[in-house]
Amino acid sequence: MSGPAVPVEPMRIREMARREESEPRFLGGHALCAGCGIPIVVRTILNSIPTPVVVVNATGCLEVATTRYPTTAWNVPWLHVAFENAAASMSGIEAASRALVRRGAIASEQEITFVVFAGDGGTYDIGLQSLSGALERGHRLMYVCYDNEAYMNTGIQRSGATPLAARTSTTPLGVSSLGNMHRRKDLTAIVAAHRVPYVAQASVSDFQDLSRKARRAALTPGPAFLNVLSSCPLGWGTEPRDTVRVARMAVETGYWPLFEVINQHYRINYEPDPRLPVTRWLSSQGRFRHLEHDHGDIIEQIQAEVDEQWRRLQERSAADAHYFAAEIGAVPPPRDATSPGPRMR
Amino acid sequence: MALTAAPDSEPVWRAKHPRTRLLTGAHAAAEAMRQMDPDVVPVYPITPQTPIVEAFAQFVADGRVHTELMHMESEHSAMSAAVGAALAGARTMTATASQGLAYMIEVVYIAAGLRAPVVLALGNRALSGPINIHGDHSDAMLARDSGAVVAFAENAQEAYDLMLMAPRLAEHSDVLLPVMVGQDGFTITHSAEPVETLADEAVAAFVGPYHVATPLLETAHPVTEGAFAMPDSYFELRCQVQAANERTLEVWERVAEEYAALSGRLLAPVDPYRLEDAGAVVITMGSAAGTIKDVVDRLRDRGEKVGLLKLRAFRPFPLPQILGLLRPGQHVAVLERALSPGAYPPLFADVASFLVRDHDVRSFVFGLGGRDLGFEEVEIAFEDLKQPAPSPAPIRYLGLGKEGPV
Ligand SMILES: Cc1ncc(C[n+]2csc(CCOP(=O)(O)OP(=O)(O)O)c2C)c(N)n1
Ligand code: SF4
Ligand SMILES: [Mg+2]
Repeated sequence: MSGPAVPVEPMRIREMARREESEPRFLGGHALCAGCGIPIVVRTILNSIPTPVVVVNATGCLEVATTRYPTTAWNVPWLHVAFENAAASMSGIEAASRALVRRGAIASEQEITFVVFAGDGGTYDIGLQSLSGALERGHRLMYVCYDNEAYMNTGIQRSGATPLAARTSTTPLGVSSLGNMHRRKDLTAIVAAHRVPYVAQASVSDFQDLSRKARRAALTPGPAFLNVLSSCPLGWGTEPRDTVRVARMAVETGYWPLFEVINQHYRINYEPDPRLPVTRWLSSQGRFRHLEHDHGDIIEQIQAEVDEQWRRLQERSAADAHYFAAEIGAVPPPRDATSPGPRMR
Repeated sequence: MALTAAPDSEPVWRAKHPRTRLLTGAHAAAEAMRQMDPDVVPVYPITPQTPIVEAFAQFVADGRVHTELMHMESEHSAMSAAVGAALAGARTMTATASQGLAYMIEVVYIAAGLRAPVVLALGNRALSGPINIHGDHSDAMLARDSGAVVAFAENAQEAYDLMLMAPRLAEHSDVLLPVMVGQDGFTITHSAEPVETLADEAVAAFVGPYHVATPLLETAHPVTEGAFAMPDSYFELRCQVQAANERTLEVWERVAEEYAALSGRLLAPVDPYRLEDAGAVVITMGSAAGTIKDVVDRLRDRGEKVGLLKLRAFRPFPLPQILGLLRPGQHVAVLERALSPGAYPPLFADVASFLVRDHDVRSFVFGLGGRDLGFEEVEIAFEDLKQPAPSPAPIRYLGLGKEGPV
């Protein structure tokens, strides 16, 4: 299994807008909060995939807010089974398609992209086992974790993706608590350790980058995984209008690096220059507001961890640079003129 | 079967005639699966079911089926994949037992609610703790209220036959529910018996092609499956599962007749044995029926009017069939191998719920964790039925010795 050897361009904004008009895959009228990052992530990804899609959705905000029976926001085949098994359910669908092609029951040229959407809780925590199994079996599926860093649907409880010191409803502040006292787990690295052909981190703030990654994932003849940071105004204590701005701070501080791992080779997609101090990310959100006061050395800890994360990532991508030198797709797509923002590479 | 066919006419002979061979229950189930050639089979090992998926994996390795065999990382994922595959448009079967069923039970309920016609071979085994790998029916009771159809085989032959009937029940448009075919761990799964198998072509014709109305793979006709149901719709949707499960009885009767025409074996939801003039009747499920039939014969030889009513269907509960076969005034002992601590055991509770007015119904539990049921214990139950009925009926335990439960 190897990724495409062709350049992968993001979907042009105009083309996305046209598809949104003519063949919408995800419709409005759902009940996601104002300013929620999830529908931006879903639309960008679905509109970037050239083939028909089948979607499996884990239990969480997206599922609950888009399919209140008998209504639906989905104009593509969509299945929800449970919270922890989206990857397994999708692997059954993908296996079914292979079985039916082999039997001649459906045409082999019918290319479908199998897209899973699951939250961080449904991925980092309770769904990790089923994700691992699906990755290992090598199904041709694109697993998208929309990472809003907590169990939002059930009222902002801590998950394995919740950052250090974040206030959640199960990590409240108190005389002996500064919020979440555990470090978040590095899920992207865990997935990469499965040696699947395509793994990437993206953010709701950089939709051109997200679009390109979705297209590459769709072209990948094996498991592809996207971990997409998705702002949650309700859980993060941010204004709906700041959804993109806040997520961009995660990228600009290096807290949430944009990178991809193609056939086990790392490439950083964007280097903030200068990389902003992590306080710029923390101070933009209510869930970290308590750090403005008495916080010991927790901010220094967070900054040190981000620095270390960058150092490692730069090391790895420098070591893997030779792999991309030969690949035409390594040529960075031009940034869309209409969207001023970080410089892509 | 006296068959004298020239070697070169063998294929023709095979197409028309059954043959008998020595198979364990597990291999009989696997053979049935090979003949049905399902599209997708997600598997995960657990004793005593494992020989089913091992034998089936060999069929896949030998290219004898078209099946996509999926090596899952848990039973929870196996049932999840099965639901996805079945709704995608593929005939899907799996197998499990005990802790495996416990682990996947969340998704069994969902499979029923999503109306995914998955066929599941169950090697009935006790539940932990303490851990025990031997046969009883505790595991199947987990699925009792799931909406799935729950069937029990008496022997390897019935395991084979019920497996072949299973997709016809599961996929029937009046049903669309998962179907579990239970066979007692080790007693059936690992015991070789003569099993009469049908010709492959006959099986293929009987089972027919798989069809779902709105497969997920039909991207031109998008459907939303597994939506979020609020109090304004959940009640109706679960009642649809109730109604579908109830309708399964009629479908079962018809499919059983069709299968009998093909095989000569009628696998009705219930199976009476020497019931005609019986004053004392045992009701049971699974392999114990074989032992009990022997005891019935012995007691009949002594002039006692006793009989057996074996249930193959547990869900749907074959109420009309049972009522049609029993007569008021009979003394009934329910022998079962599961508990519901703090209450009457499940089968007794079901039977007593409607027989209690006109019958004397008594509860006996046996064989937990694979303990053998001997002739003597069955005789104790029939002997008990001669005594005046105690009220309320106590739960009696067969095979615990004089001391009874501690
Ligand atoms: C087995 C199981 N455990 C717990 C729940 C309750 N539950 C439903 S959604 C959810 C949180 C989902 O969090 P995440 O995956 O991060 O998605 P988000 O809500 O943030 O979109 C929880 C805990 C459940 N539905 N099933
Ligand atoms: S709670 Fe957060 S993630 Fe959920 S819909 Fe609202 S903004 Fe989106
Ligand atoms: Mg979340």
